Amino acid sequence: MAGEGKTALECRNLWRVFGDAHGGKLANSALPKGDDAIRLAEEMSSAGDIVACGDINLKIKDGEFFVLMGLSGSGKSTLMRCMSRLTEPSAGELLIDGEDFLGISDQELMEVRRRKMGMVFQHFGLFPHMSVRENVAFPLRVQGASEAERNAKADEMITLVGLDGREDAFPHQLSGGQKQRVGIARSLAVDPELWFLDEPFSALDPLIRWQMQSELLRLQTLFHKTIIFVTHDFMEAVRLADRIAIMKDGLVVQVGTPEDIVLNPATDYVAEFVKEAPRTKIIKISQLMEPLKTGKPKKSGGEALHCDMTLEDALSWSAVRGGALPVADEDGNMIGTVPPERLTAALSGGDDGE
Amino acid sequence: MASDITNQSGLDVKFPESVWGWLLIILLALICGVFASSVPWLVKYPQNWFVPLADWINIFTDWFEAIAKPVTRFIGNLLELPMQGLREVLQWVPWPVTVLAVALLALHASGWGLVVICVLASLYIALSGYWEQAMNTMALVGVAVPLSLLLGLGLGIYASRTRSGQRIMPPILDLMQTIPTFAYLIPMLVLFGFGPVVGLIASAIYACPPMVRNVSLGLQSVPEEIREAARMSGSSSYQQLFWVEIPAAMGQIKVGINQTIMAALSMVIIASVIGGFNDIGWEVLSTMRKARFGDSLLAGVVIVFIAIIMDRISAAYANRDYLSSGSDAPSKHHFLIAAGALIVLCAVLKFFDIGTAIEEADWAKSIADWLNLKLDEFVGAYGDILTSIKNFFYFFYLLPLRTGLSQSILPFTWGFDFTGPMRISYAVMCVLGAIGVGMRWGWQKGLGVAILAYLLYFGTTGAPWSVVIATLTYLGWQVGGRKTGLFVLGALGFILLTGMWERAMLSVYLCGAAAIMSFLFGASVGVWAASNDTVSAIVRPICDTFQTIPLFVFLIPTLMFFQLGEFTALLAIIAYAFVPAIRYTENGLREVSPQLLEVAVEQGCTPSQIFWQVKLPLAMPSMMVGLNQTIMYAFAMLVIAALVGTTGLGQQIYQALTAANTGLGVVSGLSMALLAMTADRIMQAWAANRYAGLDG
Ligand SMILES: Nc1ncnc2c1ncn2[C@@H]1O[C@H](COP(=O)(O)OP(=O)(O)O)[C@@H](O)[C@H]1O
Ligand SMILES: [Mg+2]
Repeated sequence: MAGEGKTALECRNLWRVFGDAHGGKLANSALPKGDDAIRLAEEMSSAGDIVACGDINLKIKDGEFFVLMGLSGSGKSTLMRCMSRLTEPSAGELLIDGEDFLGISDQELMEVRRRKMGMVFQHFGLFPHMSVRENVAFPLRVQGASEAERNAKADEMITLVGLDGREDAFPHQLSGGQKQRVGIARSLAVDPELWFLDEPFSALDPLIRWQMQSELLRLQTLFHKTIIFVTHDFMEAVRLADRIAIMKDGLVVQVGTPEDIVLNPATDYVAEFVKEAPRTKIIKISQLMEPLKTGKPKKSGGEALHCDMTLEDALSWSAVRGGALPVADEDGNMIGTVPPERLTAALSGGDDGE
Repeated sequence: MASDITNQSGLDVKFPESVWGWLLIILLALICGVFASSVPWLVKYPQNWFVPLADWINIFTDWFEAIAKPVTRFIGNLLELPMQGLREVLQWVPWPVTVLAVALLALHASGWGLVVICVLASLYIALSGYWEQAMNTMALVGVAVPLSLLLGLGLGIYASRTRSGQRIMPPILDLMQTIPTFAYLIPMLVLFGFGPVVGLIASAIYACPPMVRNVSLGLQSVPEEIREAARMSGSSSYQQLFWVEIPAAMGQIKVGINQTIMAALSMVIIASVIGGFNDIGWEVLSTMRKARFGDSLLAGVVIVFIAIIMDRISAAYANRDYLSSGSDAPSKHHFLIAAGALIVLCAVLKFFDIGTAIEEADWAKSIADWLNLKLDEFVGAYGDILTSIKNFFYFFYLLPLRTGLSQSILPFTWGFDFTGPMRISYAVMCVLGAIGVGMRWGWQKGLGVAILAYLLYFGTTGAPWSVVIATLTYLGWQVGGRKTGLFVLGALGFILLTGMWERAMLSVYLCGAAAIMSFLFGASVGVWAASNDTVSAIVRPICDTFQTIPLFVFLIPTLMFFQLGEFTALLAIIAYAFVPAIRYTENGLREVSPQLLEVAVEQGCTPSQIFWQVKLPLAMPSMMVGLNQTIMYAFAMLVIAALVGTTGLGQQIYQALTAANTGLGVVSGLSMALLAMTADRIMQAWAANRYAGLDG
């Protein structure tokens, strides 16, 4: 999972501005940093341009499930499209596996997309004139794979997403959820390293959406792709993400794990999202715990909270006990205590520096 | 611009600034009327002011032809090759095999219903004795259509994919679709020399605009996500275009294919005026010239049936796409079986020498003779009645529109003289009428009455050029803004300077006369069809069929009864041009929202009030589009009607064609196109205003 590991994709001072009022203000040689960048973005907006991405700096790690979250129009899609160069960035740098991705030739770009990238679209983007099998096999056909080879691979992917038996159906004969399964199968057909998903479940019913999220998590445990996932649904982000970047008006306002963001929202904008979130299901005991002050951890007697426990579970557990609750790690070592007041405070949101 | 919508309330007459312009024009009209003798050049454009553009073009063409001849002749020969080959094959294959092939195609495209239609139609073609001519025509169409489709596909991709294409293609297509058919033939004739290749190339070029439009429309409406999905799969631009975008746009492209096929057929038939290919169009034309109308009719029906077969099959393919059928897997298999069966049948028939050459179909000959006889008898017996019908329309409708009441009221025509006092009272009546209408329904309507009265008095050809140009330019400016005004001025200026004015006005007159009648007739039928489902169900297939018939065929029945002359031309134009009037009127009326009608009923409106005050105004924009289409159709037919006796630009183009005079042909063809585009621009702007008025 996340943590160490090498960087799969990196944005450095990446900009994408629509409109032409900004003229030559975005010279790669002298891009503003930090607050200067924010000021420049504001300046350009008031001049009538749309800053869809302003001074984006992100490092996405190998195998990480990275979610771009924000209200509609905040620039998530544009950022993702910059990363895949469906849109050309206006300025800045983009590195994939540490190599420059913006300066490469069209031929190289085509090769990178063929071998390294897969994309899933909000409205599925299926080819209406091709059967499910032909759709899934398309990326292989583009690479010149033989018909037998690509059909075998396509059928394998179709089985994987649970669409067995629908190989010869056409997109218009499928339900929304089935269509997106085809979209997913197609994007995985070439076994890409980078997997882009732009609001893949937004067009689906809530129940199907939940189911599809579970499937996505299952696929991720199988394949460990580097995933860049766009959504405007905070719960979806929290459920899926290793890390979330929250965007507002083209700027990234906070990057962190779901727990970080829920416990320490950086701005009111983020706090607005967090309010909706069921904190008890997200906050983990390890974040509330007071570490032991002295020495090596000692074995707990079995009567301890687990550090990966959610707040919800801890609360029901604590109801039957009084006093400071001991906390143990994976190996059963006592590593700290949690006063019960802190659990209730966390529940109401009073804990996190407001 | 919006002035004619905002100001519809009765007596509350506000005069916007545009009134001053109109007053100036009225002043100009008065000057031209009263002082005609002192400023003759304002009335009739002096001949020595013409720009000899036609001569210049001829000089250029002579020079160009001399250089390009080897190349063009080479291309001509190159195209002649496949055409001659196809011709040989079509003639060689026994006709039952061809009929069967058509039937199988119909079955594949649609179903047994279509098979019955196509088999009956092709049996008629086979047994009518015109098989050879029909196959010659098909050989031309068979080469012209693929050429045209390829050209259309290429240009369509260009038009949708590149910025320059998006900018320059639409006006070029507009021009291509308004340049008269004959005008296409002239430069081809000069470049490629007499022969069927002229018709082939002209047809390929003439027929490609619908393909271009539909390809570009189809490609532009492929959803962005699909395009991006292809790109993210790492497609090259070739793969993206040919594997994804074109197949995804195929529904729209097939519509273009259908239209291009029909246009190509129409042009191939028209190109037969060049002669020398023994095709079916030539058969109709030559029998018409010999006044053997029985034969023309039988051959004309062959053309109609060819058109119907081609249209229905290609339309069925256009409607039948992957959305309705599931998988097409077995069809490859079926195709092989069908092809094998056809080849075997072909071999067997050839061996026994059956169906190889259709001998002079004696029975068809005798039917033709019988028809000729009966027609002669009919015209002999009822000739007086036919002549009086013709004269009635000529004296009381056509002549006043052409030369104006001032010239056309004579003892010989109307039975009395247009005396001085009568002229004065006409003027007074018109002025009072215009003022009355203006007070009651707004000044624009009053102005309209005044213009019509003026036109009716002086006639289309008698009206001073300066007044006509000023009026139309100002009108264009008022309804469509400065661009439209400038376009009208430029178009009419071109016609005037190149010396085409008088001819052009003759065309305007005949086209106008035909458009008025087509529209009145079509709109009446449309109103009826909108209120009665049975009528609608009957009218619809008739309209469909009339639209598929190549223009040329309309000449046969009219010429049969009324001989050469403007009245015959008028009828032929009406027969072709009334269809859009029916369609748009019916659609416009049927689309009036039921809620509005309920409201009107609740308020106690009588049916006639509902019709005149609710339905008709709401259907008006759609009807205006219909009128515009009617005018465009009339212009298209006007040129063909030159074959049966017209005097305007159409006639000039036809003469240029027979004399292979490129300069004259190009200038008069362009003039015709510019006239049509002028009418189109003004009408479209007007209809757009009406739509905007409905929304607002
Ligand atoms: N091709 C474009 N041209 C102009 N403006 C664009 C274009 N694409 C996106 N935008 C603008 O950029 C902003 C961010 O859009 P987008 O990235 O689609 O937002 P999100 O995906 O977060 O809803 C929006 O204001 C949008 O209108
Ligand atoms: Mg988006």
